[in-house]
Amino acid sequence: MTNDLIKLSAQSVNLWFGSKHVLKNINIEFQQNKVTALIGPSGCGKSTLLRSFNRMHDLLPDVRIEGKLMLEQQDIYEKNTSVTQLRRRVGMVFQKANPFPKSIYENINYGLKINDVPKEERDGIVEKALRESYIWEEVKDELQKPATRLSGGQQQRLCIARTVALRPEVILMDEPCSALDPLSTLKIEELIIKLKKDYTIIIVTHNMQQAQRVADKTVFMYLGEVIEMGNTDDIFNNPKNELTGNYVKGRFG
Amino acid sequence: MKKLTPIIEWGTLLFCTGTVCFYLFVILYDLIHRGAPSLSWAFISTQPSAGMTKGGILPAITGTVLLTLITAVVSVPLGISCAIYLNEYAIDSWLTRVIRACIRNLSGVPSIIYGLFGLALFVQGLRMGTSLLSAGFTLGLLSLPYIITTTEEALRRIPASTREAALAVGATQFESIRDVVLPAALPGILTGVVLTLSRAAGETAPIMFTGVAFYINSPAGYLNQEFMALPYHLYMLATQHQAIDVVRPLAYGTALVLIMVVFILNLTAFYIRYKHSKNDE
Ligand SMILES: Nc1ncnc2c1ncn2[C@@H]1O[C@H](COP(=O)(O)OP(=O)(O)O)[C@@H](O)[C@H]1O
Ligand SMILES: [Mg+2]
Repeated sequence: MTNDLIKLSAQSVNLWFGSKHVLKNINIEFQQNKVTALIGPSGCGKSTLLRSFNRMHDLLPDVRIEGKLMLEQQDIYEKNTSVTQLRRRVGMVFQKANPFPKSIYENINYGLKINDVPKEERDGIVEKALRESYIWEEVKDELQKPATRLSGGQQQRLCIARTVALRPEVILMDEPCSALDPLSTLKIEELIIKLKKDYTIIIVTHNMQQAQRVADKTVFMYLGEVIEMGNTDDIFNNPKNELTGNYVKGRFG
Repeated sequence: MKKLTPIIEWGTLLFCTGTVCFYLFVILYDLIHRGAPSLSWAFISTQPSAGMTKGGILPAITGTVLLTLITAVVSVPLGISCAIYLNEYAIDSWLTRVIRACIRNLSGVPSIIYGLFGLALFVQGLRMGTSLLSAGFTLGLLSLPYIITTTEEALRRIPASTREAALAVGATQFESIRDVVLPAALPGILTGVVLTLSRAAGETAPIMFTGVAFYINSPAGYLNQEFMALPYHLYMLATQHQAIDVVRPLAYGTALVLIMVVFILNLTAFYIRYKHSKNDE
């Protein structure tokens, strides 16, 4: 069963911004082809953890990371690991839709171009990615239009398309719906569920309903620590930890 | 009283705006009114003659255009690279803060000081003589701090999320800057470059010691020779000529041409920005 394969894992990970200890002894595993929700109050380190999996902290001057982060058998922070290769395998969708200030077509084409995908294959991949992200019908006649003219929800789906076009193995999503209206949110949730069969997805969310709708597994974090993780059902209905229970019932946040 | 305040506020603002516009209008009107009669095809396409009292200002126009080009070649690539380094690569340490403060202070140094510096470094030190090249290099130095500062500001306006978007699809930091950050910052950078260059085109003091001449024989500027330039020509006609009253119309004509050169520069930038915003916004 490939289903139980551990795709991504963190072993005793600690992270500091300067002298601020943000991630504390994180031990966590993410299974292949599952959606895992990361929940927890603001500032508990969800984004920080997510971003350490595709080395988005690399350019910050005073970050210190200890412990091991693994993508299958590969050590993410090993000296010989190529960051660009890694980021191609571990894609990311951000909180605020951030399309390139370029045309819709170019938004997807750019990633293909810099990853040396042959020119004659690109048109097909662009179309496929847009179809997979359920935005093709809306934009197929205006691929040359600037992406910034799209609505917020469309922009976010375009960003997802940009990510899936590269066929990553993991997709990290940091509150992808927090700036969107309910309808766009619903569309993106459907999309996440459809993408699950091909990708391993980790999604940070503040929306408890959303976590229950899309996630197989849920991880609850608090003040930089993983408090509890398990099947989404168990976390929401039979939490072992009191903190988890209080949080998912909305008693603090 | 409550009712009156908005009227007073509105009135004050209107008065200030009006005053500024009034000055602008008076200056432009005066220039056009007195300068337009001396404008003609011959004025911009022929050499001066009869001790500057007749003929055109072609050498001064070519001089200023070439000078501005050299200034651009010297300051734009250097300034933009420097800004990219400071804003994108350099970590925030006391050293970068000192460098930044120095650059800001340099843009406050009076231009005549640059003239003296150019005289010492290019004309004498590097033995380039009083020449178009010396003057262009001097103006290039003068323009550098402005270009660095405005480019850095344009780069700072591009949000971190735009850079991250490029990194997340596997771009290197260099690729993200080249393909995403720079194109997005281009309109801002361009505005800074054009404002700086049009300022440089109108400078008189720095070129006075480094290469400008009141009169030259050859029509085109050679890099290693002295040259004529519009602002200096204007200065000479307006204050140093033996027959000041006779050449006054020519002085106004020169001023008008100088304004037009600067205006064309600005228009080019405006056009590029407009095209850019149509493509990308
Ligand atoms: N670049 C940074 N430099 C310093 N501190 C940071 C940085 N990014 C995040 N933090 C701090 O780390 C903690 C965790 O932040 P974050 O991971 O964004 O939380 P979450 O996503 O769970 O809301 C917060 O206290 C935040 O202030
Ligand atoms: Mg966050």
